[in-house]
Amino acid sequence: MSQPSPASADNPHYPAVNYLNADRGVKSWLLTLDHKRIAVMYLASVLVMFLVGGIFAMAVRLELLTPGPTIMGANTYNRMFTLHGVVMIFLFMIPAIPGVFGNFCMPLMLGAKDVAFPKLNLLSLYLYWTGAILAVAGMVMGGTDTGWTLYAPYSTTTPMTVFPVVLGIFILGFSSILTGLNFIVTIHTLRAPGLTWMRMQLFVWAIYATSIIQVLATPVIGLTVMLVGIEKIGGFGLFDATKGGDPVLFQHFFWFYSHPAVYIMVLPSMGVVSDAIAAVARKNVFGYKMIAYSSLGIAFVGFFAWGHHMFVSGQSPFDNGAFAVISMFVGVFTAIKVFNWVGTLYRGAIAINAMFVYICGFLFFVVFGGMTGIAVATVSLDVHWHDTYFVVAHFHFIMVGAVIMGFLIAIHYWFPKMFGRMYHEGWAMVASSFIVLGFIATFLPQFLVGNAGMPRRYYMYPERFQAMNVASTTGSSLLAFGFIIIAIYLIYALVRGEIAGDNPWKSMGVEWQTTSPPDKHNFAKPVVITQDPHSYQKPGEEVEHVVI
Amino acid sequence: MSSSDGHAHSSRHPHLAEHFETIQQQDYAARLGMWLFLGTEVLLFAGLFLGYTVYRHFYHATWHACSQALNVWMGMGNTLVLISSSLTVALALWAVRVGKKNLAIGMLVFTIICAIGFLCIKYLEYKHKFELGELPGKWFRAEELMQYPAANMYFTIYFLTTGLHAFHVIVAMSVLIWVMKGIIKGRYTPDYFVPVELGALYWHLVDLVWIFLFPLLYLI
Repeated sequence: MSQPSPASADNPHYPAVNYLNADRGVKSWLLTLDHKRIAVMYLASVLVMFLVGGIFAMAVRLELLTPGPTIMGANTYNRMFTLHGVVMIFLFMIPAIPGVFGNFCMPLMLGAKDVAFPKLNLLSLYLYWTGAILAVAGMVMGGTDTGWTLYAPYSTTTPMTVFPVVLGIFILGFSSILTGLNFIVTIHTLRAPGLTWMRMQLFVWAIYATSIIQVLATPVIGLTVMLVGIEKIGGFGLFDATKGGDPVLFQHFFWFYSHPAVYIMVLPSMGVVSDAIAAVARKNVFGYKMIAYSSLGIAFVGFFAWGHHMFVSGQSPFDNGAFAVISMFVGVFTAIKVFNWVGTLYRGAIAINAMFVYICGFLFFVVFGGMTGIAVATVSLDVHWHDTYFVVAHFHFIMVGAVIMGFLIAIHYWFPKMFGRMYHEGWAMVASSFIVLGFIATFLPQFLVGNAGMPRRYYMYPERFQAMNVASTTGSSLLAFGFIIIAIYLIYALVRGEIAGDNPWKSMGVEWQTTSPPDKHNFAKPVVITQDPHSYQKPGEEVEHVVI
Repeated sequence: MSSSDGHAHSSRHPHLAEHFETIQQQDYAARLGMWLFLGTEVLLFAGLFLGYTVYRHFYHATWHACSQALNVWMGMGNTLVLISSSLTVALALWAVRVGKKNLAIGMLVFTIICAIGFLCIKYLEYKHKFELGELPGKWFRAEELMQYPAANMYFTIYFLTTGLHAFHVIVAMSVLIWVMKGIIKGRYTPDYFVPVELGALYWHLVDLVWIFLFPLLYLI
């Protein structure tokens, strides 16, 4: 290693030549095979998509400020929530953490020089761009109004354009499959000497579990959306009951992917928290094996829980009961993680910073969203709550809340790693308070209004629901304000931020045992792993992951 | 996927990419990647097989009658063509491994001829279906099958599954042509034959899907 970490902390050092400036010019970026540069391009892309999806979310919230028409017509409203859902799910949450931090950190955590198939990795990014352009252009110009779920037969008979969107989702699916395939092979083949499976950082375990779902579930959504597209053009009646087809078959196809997809979104986030929580608490992760195996457990059980989206679609009571029970197991595995995270914090030397605020937010959203998830997986309760704002609030807590928190933790934790500069901690604390409180203020009222009977996706609602909707829209403004603050201080840090040094968090992660930003080839010397992951246990003692 | 560029270090294998340590590691990665990819292909087809199963369950008599309308002999011919091509592609791989270059090329040529033969037979079948109007959706006009409910659904499934399969035949055939070009140029030798192996694996998958499609569509 160029410098041992304690010395670099006193005298922050910025490597003159690193992966960011090793080659220059637009072409050197667009044709790069470097996993770190691909990650940076993913970061820029998913942030643009997050902005797009966020703007549409604000439009939806503004429309719901009053019971009647507020700022747009009913048709535009349908298009807005479709845009919001499709962009946030397929273009932000699914690729965000694997595409950005999986790409950037996972090979570093393995002590590898790159992912197993660098060209395939670049192809994934290009497919992502193609799919994103198709889907967004199709929705903005064609005006898809089906909701992100594309339920047949509405999606196959609506007069609006659907084909560019389903083609976009199909291509995005390929991007996701190739990324997952690449990561699985990388983790199997490119671990440094001494890095056994039980020494891998928990983020790597989470990415591994995620990749399995990506590879196994995504082909089915690809097929499903293509069937919708073909059906829309040909009118074969494949999902149309009037022509002998079965619309419930579409729902089975759709949720076979889209339920596991929830874990594609949330598992990487759990991995981020597992890594960051140890660094924040300066402690070994409590129950390492339990957290690692529970990721695989969630990935496995997630494949057999899809029917809980279809309790009112005419499934047999036996199927409903079976899917309900299987769904509960996801809660068990998640609870295992939560207890172990709390156990990690217990008696740790916790740094009170923005990352820690987000970790607390994450734990709250996972527990609250998880518990309401158990509630909606209970058949008798779900019949009441199905398709109300209660469900909207539930999945925003567990899926969006957890993913956004995980993404923000990741971006704050690894920002100095990626760019070698530090953001302003004070502003980060301010923004984190806005985000966490704004999030609660946005979605807590939706639980109440949903329980009171307000259906999702409706353009107008009775006046008695207005107070809660105003509260929710206010909360979303706080949330938006928090994101604006983050955007400002991160852009400032990117240009003018203080030099962070190689390892500002004094983290024990392997990715921190090289310079920040890393060299083009990651490590100066071959990495040999000699100890367990997250070894914070003996403070003051010199611990080295990199042995020459 | 990540081979080819010539980092001709004296000690390094000429096909070894920079980020791998040994050629064994790289070969293992390539094989694992291919098997995962084959897994995704199986799941892609699994969706259509599920659709087949559901509608077969709903419209059992229709399925029976429409299945009779298919030409078993053409299906049989295609099955034989594909099974023999699976044998020859395996022999081609073996020939590359033992260094019999000309035999390998011959076997691949035979495999590719089989693939073209398969597509020709499929074309004749499709043409016949178009003439009889045994088609999906609103184009369905085969009078003797009209009495069965949702007969057009059978042909929707028929064209979706066989069409997707035929598309895979074309892709796999292109892969084999590319592999054959490599063998002719002498790129694949007993030292380095993983791309040939992966191409052969893909061809076997295409074969395997047909082995399931044939009985499901033509025989039962």
